[in-house]
Order: sequence, then C-alpha cells, then structure tokens
Amino acid sequence: MADHHTHSDTPDAETHVSGEVHHHPGWSTYWKVALILTIITVGEVWAYYIPSFVASRAFVPSLLVMSAVKFGIVVMFYMHLKYDHKLFRALFTGPLFVAAVTLISLLFLFGHLVARFG
Amino acid sequence: MLFVSLISTYLIYKGRSIVGPFPHEEWVSPTGQHFNAILNIPVTSASTFVLLMSSLFMVLALAAVQNKNVPKRTTGERILGSSKLWLLATAVAGTTFLGFQAFEFTSFVHEGLSIRTNLFGSSFFTLTGFHGAHVTAGVIWLLTLLSIDYRRGLGPNDALIVDIAALYWHFVDVVWIAIFTLVYLIK
Repeated sequence: MADHHTHSDTPDAETHVSGEVHHHPGWSTYWKVALILTIITVGEVWAYYIPSFVASRAFVPSLLVMSAVKFGIVVMFYMHLKYDHKLFRALFTGPLFVAAVTLISLLFLFGHLVARFG
Repeated sequence: MLFVSLISTYLIYKGRSIVGPFPHEEWVSPTGQHFNAILNIPVTSASTFVLLMSSLFMVLALAAVQNKNVPKRTTGERILGSSKLWLLATAVAGTTFLGFQAFEFTSFVHEGLSIRTNLFGSSFFTLTGFHGAHVTAGVIWLLTLLSIDYRRGLGPNDALIVDIAALYWHFVDVVWIAIFTLVYLIK
C-alpha cells in the first residue's frame, strides 16, 4: 500500500528506513488524470455515434483499447499501484490476469469467440 | 472474479435473446407492438462521468486526510485540505450514480424489459444490479467515514482506513469502466 504521509501539489519522494524511495502524485496530477479520463470517455461516446466507424472493424478494438487505458490510468494513479511496492503490483496484476484468462476461456467455451475467429 | 463471471455471462448471452426489447436494436413483437432500442447512452454517459469524478473526489479526500497537519494559508489550500468536503462530495456523486441507475431500471421496466423478459434482461439486471449494490455499500462506507470525521476528525493516523475505502471505491469505478464499454457501447 502507498505511504501515508505526504501528498503535495508536486510529486515528491520520500526515503524510507529500507532505503526504498516512494513517489506520490500531487493534487495537480489527480486533476490531470480526471481530465484525461473525461476526454477518453467523450471519445468513446463520440465513436459510438459515428455509424461508419461503428460498422468498421476498428470499432470494437478501439473501444476496448480506450477502456483498457482508462482502467490502467485509474489503477496506476488513483489506486496508486504505480507508486506501490512491486509485491502489491503482483497481487493486483496476478488475479487480474487470472480473471482475464477466465473471461476469454468462457467466451471460447461457449462459442462466442469461436464464431468470430473461426 | 464475481464481476468477471457476471460480465462473461452477459457476453455469452449477448445477441441470443429470442424476444425483445433488445439493447441496441428496435423490435416489433408478433402482436405488432413496437419497442425502441432500450439502452439510453446519453444518460449512462452522464452517470459514468459522475462516477469517474467521484474517484477524483475520493483521492482528494485521501490527500486531505494525509495532509491534515500541514498548515493551509490560502482559501484554495483550505478547500483542497477539507476531508469532510471531499468525502461528502464522493458520497453525493455515488448517490447520484445510484439515482441514474434507479431511473434507468425504472424506465426499462416501463418500456417492457424486466429481469424475466429475456436473456438480455436477466444478465443485464444481474450485472448492473450487483454493481449498484457495491456502489451502495461504498456510499454507506463513505458516510461512516464522514461521521467519524465530524465526531473526532480524521488525521494522518487514519490515512490507512481511508485508503482502504478509497481502494474499494476505485475498484467499483474500474468495474464500471469495463461494464460501460462492454455492455453499453459495444453493439
């Protein structure tokens, strides 16, 4: 978990007893992250309303990429995984990987992706 | 894993409903009754924005708790340093999201889609209903923290309990990010 001492306007660094250095995002970073999340969401909804784009093969992959970017940004900055010890990163990404494999396996098992990709 | 199971179920049943209403297509029943596409993207986009902003409010609440002992000189610093304000803002945003969901569920039922209507209705209401239940639990958690803040104040020593609540809240947010794309936007 992130250190619970200092959050300031600018990213700062703290040296701990272990000698490990933790950086923390500041308020300005949080606002910028919110702005980026809003812009991506607007992009997603905008794409939804362009019929030619919806009909194209790029529609679904682009939405999935935008969603994944939003997911990653929230996890890295708001859930401060970017600044955490690598053990916590592993504890998050490990189960996330298992969850993703489970989802894809279920879709293959019940024929949804088989129908799409042959 | 709960939400992966529910999202998988939704995706597996996607497009397999025999009768409407359908999420993105119009439908005319054998009796001649006309049903519009049921999903209301503008309303859901607004609720998604509210939930994203609630995550911002939550990190500001956590930062305010962590910096409680730092002197605030300007009005801006005092606003940013008010944990009560940001905890309340997060809870209000969460409640607003639930209001949007209640509106959506009610309008769906009025338009002829219930949890028993078809495969889409069953998987949709189960998935989004479970997410709404998690948001409700988060709002109750936030209000509990807010009441503690009013009674004795939250300081740097309480940062861990606020951070755990924040992690839960952001988890609810990232689940919604996936639901919004997979359920609402992908046709």
